Amino acid sequence: MEPPTHCRAGATLPSGQEFLQSFQHRIARAFAGDTFEPIPLRCQMAGAGVQQPHAGAQAGPRVHANWSPYDDNGGTCVAVAGNDYCIIAASTRMSSGYAILTRRSSKFLKFSDKCLIASAGFQADLLGNTLYYKRFFPYYAWNLCAGLDEEGKGAVYTYDPVGSFERVGYSCQGSGKDLIQPVLDNQLRAASPLLLPAKNWMSSLPLDQAVDLVKDAFVSAGERDIYTGDWVELLIVTKGGIRREELELKKD
Amino acid sequence: MVGLGLDLSVLENPSKSAATDAQLDGLSVGVDLGMQSFPLPQVHDLDSFEREVMEYVKPSHGTTTLGFIFQGGVIMAVDSRASMGSYISSQTVKKVIEINPFLLGTMAGGAADCQFWLRNLGTQCRLYELNTGKRITVRAASKLLANTMYSYKGMGLSMGTMVAGWDATGPGLYYVDSDGQRTKGQVFSVGSGSLYAYGVLDQGYKWDLDVETAVELGRRAIYHATFRDAVSGGTVSVYHVTEKGWTKISGTDVGELHYEYYDNPEKHPCNGTQPI
Repeated sequence: MEPPTHCRAGATLPSGQEFLQSFQHRIARAFAGDTFEPIPLRCQMAGAGVQQPHAGAQAGPRVHANWSPYDDNGGTCVAVAGNDYCIIAASTRMSSGYAILTRRSSKFLKFSDKCLIASAGFQADLLGNTLYYKRFFPYYAWNLCAGLDEEGKGAVYTYDPVGSFERVGYSCQGSGKDLIQPVLDNQLRAASPLLLPAKNWMSSLPLDQAVDLVKDAFVSAGERDIYTGDWVELLIVTKGGIRREELELKKD
Repeated sequence: MVGLGLDLSVLENPSKSAATDAQLDGLSVGVDLGMQSFPLPQVHDLDSFEREVMEYVKPSHGTTTLGFIFQGGVIMAVDSRASMGSYISSQTVKKVIEINPFLLGTMAGGAADCQFWLRNLGTQCRLYELNTGKRITVRAASKLLANTMYSYKGMGLSMGTMVAGWDATGPGLYYVDSDGQRTKGQVFSVGSGSLYAYGVLDQGYKWDLDVETAVELGRRAIYHATFRDAVSGGTVSVYHVTEKGWTKISGTDVGELHYEYYDNPEKHPCNGTQPI
């Protein structure tokens, strides 16, 4: 199953950058009994235990007793929507257990000018369906989809691993979410979108202040979350295009 | 399949049973369920694999929802909290899912399961309309969903939903869950806070309620459930269904309701006097 190319746009994957692409894919093929391919180290396929059923054996592949297709590579990502911008940021550390596997891996999937969020609603829905398609063998990834909507307003969609999604004003996912999300709630929370009579549910922080807030949030998470560190990569989407910034975090 | 002359082919292809119900409902239509096949991991023990996976991914859970029929139509009221374990993953979940202008579904259990399958039900209902030129009944719609759920029975889906609406026969309210159970009823509450909601609801429910009182009863019942149930909270949304379709009546933050119902919060019984 080749994941649809659309869903790569704007989807940030906090726990292992290429889950929707190569990792899942290889595992799916390995499980389907195709020839086993070596999996990149970061996927931590301890035991690498998917074997082909051999002739004469009972039906069904043999599975290693203590093998799990899942690992958590940590990392944190944040997205904040403003009136005419959207900031998406993610730390670059990738870990497995207590081991730091790499310090500079981007959690963003390819963003292109075309993949701004002109197709936001559709794209968000598509990602929801893509994730639900794996309902019984879920992707182990928490996604944020962020960009500009058809009116040019910032848009953030947040997903759980099996595809439930919601449009929000800001969101944080990954290992540092317990530390960052409450801070964002405190600084950015506007009225609930469910209120009737309706109130404005998006915060209207100026872009520069929002960027500072996101940076502060990552610096803070880096102090207490062992899986958030090294660098944070920020993508700032405005109607003029996508700007990239980087901020150094602690390396310990 | 050998079946004493009975046509049991439906057991091999559960999706057929949906069309069977549509036929029962008066017209013969081929509602294409468009069911994708979900890839399964090739493991020996799917049950324990799915259990383990849920430990990993901890999908959103926790809810209070209610619905009841009264002389003025149907009231649906829900909270808006989603939690993953003890972490509150959202305070703004839309738990009333608007299937079409005459049909509502509520969401309890796994958020993705409810969202996906009620979206799927919306598709099925639209196809039914296009095929027959008639609006689907609440009875048929709820059975389409129940049949879908039954075909995935035992695979770990988690969904407790109420399907409510208005059709040629009047107001309709059905409870459908991921075990495949489907029950017609007048008063339902579903979710972890449902027992608290039932307490308030049963106390105040009468067929003859006027609309305003009925809306208030629904809101009050959800508020009290959010007060006692840690995994319910956020905003209380109330919907009203009539022969003209549904309307959202209110959406109120539970914090505001707390001060509305207890204008003197220090006097609230939960701040009771010292026992000694």
